[in-house]
Amino acid sequence: MKKLWKNKTTRKSFVTYAFVVLAYVILQSIAAGGGMKSSLKGMLVPICAYVVMAISLNLVVGISGELSLGHAGFMSVGAFTGVTAAIALQNAIPNAPLRLVVAMVVGAVFAGIVGFLIGIPVLRLKGDYLAIVTLAFGEIIKSIFNNLYVGMDGKGLHISLLEDKTHLMEDGRLIIAGPMGIGGIQKIATFTAGFILILVCLFVIFNLVNSRSGRAIMAIRDNRIAAESVGISVTKYKMMAFVISAAMAGAAGTLFALNYSTVVANKFDFNTSILVLVFVVFGGLGNMLGSIIAAAVLTVLPEALRGFATYRMLIYAIVLVLVMLATNSPRLKALLARLVPGRKEEGTDG
Amino acid sequence: MAKEFVKGKMVPVPSTSIIPERDLDKTPILECRHLGIDFGGLRAVDDFNLILGRTEIAGLIGPNGAGKTTVFNLLTKVYHPTRGTILLDGMDTAGKTTPQINRMGIARTFQNIRLFNNLSVEDNVKIGLHNQEPYSAATGIFRLPKYWRQEKASHERALELLSIFDMQDMADTPAGSLPYGAQRRLEIVRALATNPSLLLLDEPAAGMNPSETGELMENIVKIRDTFQIAVLLIEHDMRLVMGICEGICVLNFGRIIAKGTSDEIQANPTVIEAYLGRKKEA
Amino acid sequence: MSFLNFVISGISLGSIYAIIALGYTMVYGIAKMLNFAHGDVIMVGAYVCFFAVSKYNLPPLVGVLLAVVICTLLGMTIEKLAYKPLRSATSLAVLITAIGVSYFLQNAALLLWTSNPKIFPSFFKRAGADATQAVNGVSLFGGQLRISYVTVVTIAVCLVIMVALTLFTSRTKMGKAMRACSEDKDAARLMGINVDSTISLTFAIGSGLAAIAGVLLCSAYPTLVPTTGSMPGIKAFTAAVFGGIGSIPGALLGGILLGVIEIFAKAYISTQMSDAVVFAVLIIVLLVKPAGLLGRKIHEKV
Repeated sequence: MKKLWKNKTTRKSFVTYAFVVLAYVILQSIAAGGGMKSSLKGMLVPICAYVVMAISLNLVVGISGELSLGHAGFMSVGAFTGVTAAIALQNAIPNAPLRLVVAMVVGAVFAGIVGFLIGIPVLRLKGDYLAIVTLAFGEIIKSIFNNLYVGMDGKGLHISLLEDKTHLMEDGRLIIAGPMGIGGIQKIATFTAGFILILVCLFVIFNLVNSRSGRAIMAIRDNRIAAESVGISVTKYKMMAFVISAAMAGAAGTLFALNYSTVVANKFDFNTSILVLVFVVFGGLGNMLGSIIAAAVLTVLPEALRGFATYRMLIYAIVLVLVMLATNSPRLKALLARLVPGRKEEGTDG
Repeated sequence: MAKEFVKGKMVPVPSTSIIPERDLDKTPILECRHLGIDFGGLRAVDDFNLILGRTEIAGLIGPNGAGKTTVFNLLTKVYHPTRGTILLDGMDTAGKTTPQINRMGIARTFQNIRLFNNLSVEDNVKIGLHNQEPYSAATGIFRLPKYWRQEKASHERALELLSIFDMQDMADTPAGSLPYGAQRRLEIVRALATNPSLLLLDEPAAGMNPSETGELMENIVKIRDTFQIAVLLIEHDMRLVMGICEGICVLNFGRIIAKGTSDEIQANPTVIEAYLGRKKEA
Repeated sequence: MSFLNFVISGISLGSIYAIIALGYTMVYGIAKMLNFAHGDVIMVGAYVCFFAVSKYNLPPLVGVLLAVVICTLLGMTIEKLAYKPLRSATSLAVLITAIGVSYFLQNAALLLWTSNPKIFPSFFKRAGADATQAVNGVSLFGGQLRISYVTVVTIAVCLVIMVALTLFTSRTKMGKAMRACSEDKDAARLMGINVDSTISLTFAIGSGLAAIAGVLLCSAYPTLVPTTGSMPGIKAFTAAVFGGIGSIPGALLGGILLGVIEIFAKAYISTQMSDAVVFAVLIIVLLVKPAGLLGRKIHEKV
């Protein structure tokens, strides 16, 4: 145990777990004591979903070193498939928490499959080209769900694209109604479920990073050519990070959607992908605790700025630019280093 | 791209190979036949023939831009040859990828150092052990017993390999913050970790002072003796090349202009004209 | 004849994309950054022109010139304040900053001009023979093929800009300096080129073009809101990548192809799915030609 504690990465992961557990206990007890505003209470599940989005994207951007601008697409896949599963299984699994778990697994599996399919072409590209193609896929996924009609009746699921051709029987129910999305969702997502999902994702990411596969992923990030020269298959490990990340985003999407009564495809657009990317960059590349804090704070911040109503998004934008300038401008960095002695900037290369 | 699809003339493999006597009864570890690559219209390497013994230390020298690193890139399939064959331990490597070549037994270092800079020295070596101590991603995520076993084994092996260059104390240092000489040595350790039968060193002594170079020479010989592998190195430091290379191959404008022992090379007028002649102090 | 009509409106839309894509491609070529705020500069340009013409009753040409001047200044200011301090930072940091600038412009526009859509005035009208009926285009083949003046002007403006820019980068000293900077900034600096002012000039040109694109865009699609620039921005960026980012002819080719594909997808496949088709074509092109249609492939030296 003492030896484990000496390991920097292990120590970091324990601090992160402890932080998440502590935050859960505190928030849960405040909520139970009735000391929480209902607006914040309603945000607990979305915060969890965004936290999972941020740490899963950090796996791709921070650990694997590939810029993805379409992460919301996987969230969308998870939301629509997971909610469809939850609705379809409403009678088969009456127990809501169990149905939630099954729905999240379905969402994760489908998002993982889509991630794999997208990964085949995308991971052949590099840098900005890879980024633009992930953006394109995100938009394509949005377009598809905006035009997808899925209904269910006694005969099973009926799927059609562009227009409602599901021809349901009388007892049938149209689940996904194109641009109207899914309505009448039973809100079965809970803060506890979100908390557990965060822990599971952290467990997977930390253990992956500290294993042979995680080292291979980081080796490719640091130097692709050297990684190949020591016998590492670049495609395999890039794909591994990409698929795991997509699956997590899918589970987050299911959790997110099951917290509202309706879900529409436009909720998961380019802006959502960018929002999650902002969480990751703010929290620090490869830094999971940073992602968690950034996701939570930046999800609550616009709400907290509600007093400023019209100016809040403007303030948000200014804060975003100023933080980027403060943390990345060499001149400001040097100034900060002088003000705070002993604080050494971690080196990251481009 | 190549206008001439196949070169018409079939030149027999030069028999003036310089395999050390002790390796003569075994298959050569590497055999290149009429190897060549064109970049656009430029014949970067042409008609490159080489036979390397199993425990031979050989040098590849030549003026800047002669195509030495390109030969390494051909051997490791960073580039795919336009012409010719590469046999590794008697097996044709055509169509193989860089990682496959490494698994087949070639490991290399790079002229412009390529370490995993954000990772620790130990992790760099462990990445070299990637295919030596394998376990699946799921085993790693769920930390099954095999994970602990293999991690322990690779930790010990990594420290053992680092001790060749007395680097075990730096195991936790990020590779990017090592001094230059140590970075070059770490690259060699990482390459060795992949358990190669042929080690390619691209200017291992570049930027080292004479005493460091002397130490490196001893270490290269020690590595060959301990691991019983072949070493092919590119180097401009003639003291190192003449000191430890049993066979030397001189490249100029992408073609081999001379092959032989250090004495033969030093006496070869073509070499002196092309290469050594310009360096008065050599 | 509907086919020909689609081709022409595709080229027209594509010309607008091409003009916007030029801004992306020039900035990318020289500063190696994705300037996500570029789309919002378009929107600012359109608003400036709208207010100049509709509110202050200035002649349209003055309105366009005003928009160009203001956007040029805006582009240079953004570069100086937000991007210049990050010249040595990671590309991800610059990207996020650009996104921040984009949010800022959108939300500032929202505060200044509200989210109520403005209906952009139509400049390209001519009093017809019948005074009550304004003619806004030419008819060919007995009315089967109709080309609006907006279309004619858009395509013409695009061609003029392309020729002018090509001449500028190949013939003038400043243009050559720009090309030198995009090849190798350090070498350019050693040759006595002022890299900072060259980058600033690139932003100025790109933003000025964005203003023209904004006016043309809103002349063709007259609804103007603070987010007007986002989607055309993303698509123009796609067009730049499509043609090979960093290449001026690539921007033209990519823009026009994208416009034609979009109009065709709308006409023959589905209006709602047209964006998906556009992006799918982009993906296929990048898989076949990873550096875009006219882009140069850069090998990493080992």
